Amino acid sequence: MSQELLNKAAEASFKKDIPPFRVGDTVKVNCRIVEGDKERIQAFIGTVIGRKGRKVAETFTVRRIVNNQGVERTFPLHSPRVSDIEIIRSGKTRRAKLYYLRDRVGKRTRLKEIQRGVEGANASEGAAAQE
Amino acid sequence: MLSALLGKKIGMTQVYDEQGVIHPVTVVQAGPCSVLQVKSVDTDGYDAVQLGFSEVKAHRASKPQIAHAAKANCKPKKFVREVRLPEPAADVAPGATVTVEAFDGVAFVDVVGTTKGKGYAGVMKRHHFGGQPASHGTERKHRSPGSISGHGTNRGWGGKPKRGKRMAGHMGTVRCTSRNHKLVGIDKENNLLLIKGALPGANGGYLFIRKSKTARVGK
Repeated sequence: MSQELLNKAAEASFKKDIPPFRVGDTVKVNCRIVEGDKERIQAFIGTVIGRKGRKVAETFTVRRIVNNQGVERTFPLHSPRVSDIEIIRSGKTRRAKLYYLRDRVGKRTRLKEIQRGVEGANASEGAAAQE
Repeated sequence: MLSALLGKKIGMTQVYDEQGVIHPVTVVQAGPCSVLQVKSVDTDGYDAVQLGFSEVKAHRASKPQIAHAAKANCKPKKFVREVRLPEPAADVAPGATVTVEAFDGVAFVDVVGTTKGKGYAGVMKRHHFGGQPASHGTERKHRSPGSISGHGTNRGWGGKPKRGKRMAGHMGTVRCTSRNHKLVGIDKENNLLLIKGALPGANGGYLFIRKSKTARVGK
């Protein structure tokens, strides 16, 4: 009962149209950046190396290499500042957190691509619905 | 207009505002409360409104409880508190219902609750004493208060500890007022208040919420 009320309280902050991306996927995160009274969209492209947190507090970490320097950004999944997440390609992973990528450089940071067909997309949507 | 309510702490979560800023909020199920009694200077010596929240089953309530609530055409309530008023209550009558709409336009609130019980606690936890050194010959006294008095303390000769000397003892389960919490949101449909920050007591505990007496902004 109280859990239901908690969910209702946070409902307005909850996004419902989040694409079913997984750890290992390469994604493009479009975030809104407010500079003074102007607003623009900046994209951050990289590999999702982890998702953590529950419900409205969920965050995900995206890693990419910029100028030979590893850069990681952690986004709150439900933040209005994260306007859009596009899945560019899906990578095959055997763990939930890809922190081992931090110790790797160059070609070894690649993940084997997997084609998630209609079936796979449904499966991941099902997993998202269960959460 | 009365801007005070009784409620139940549900738990904490987070919400975003329009700018995308995260607010950590405590969700409180507040009201609907019934006005059980309106006190006035003539009859009681002071002006106040008595609110009741959360119904008790009739067979669990005492006869005085039932009869007191019946005067206002209400069921007996589990949690009853008074709201003191500076002047006679004009727009409230016994039996009236107060809902979260009482907080329309209120920016900051004070919350009164009962803190979580900590049991018999030592001085480091209870009074934030520093304890004794971890090493340099300290043995079995790392969390002790140290000396509590000498015979020269200002209760005269005789070596009694000073009255009010902070020592170990029972901690928690005391009334606590937490002031100036921003009221982030009101959910009228579900009777919820979203109050920024942590509030006293465990989830499921009863709280008294009033418009802040001290907040200088948003008055």
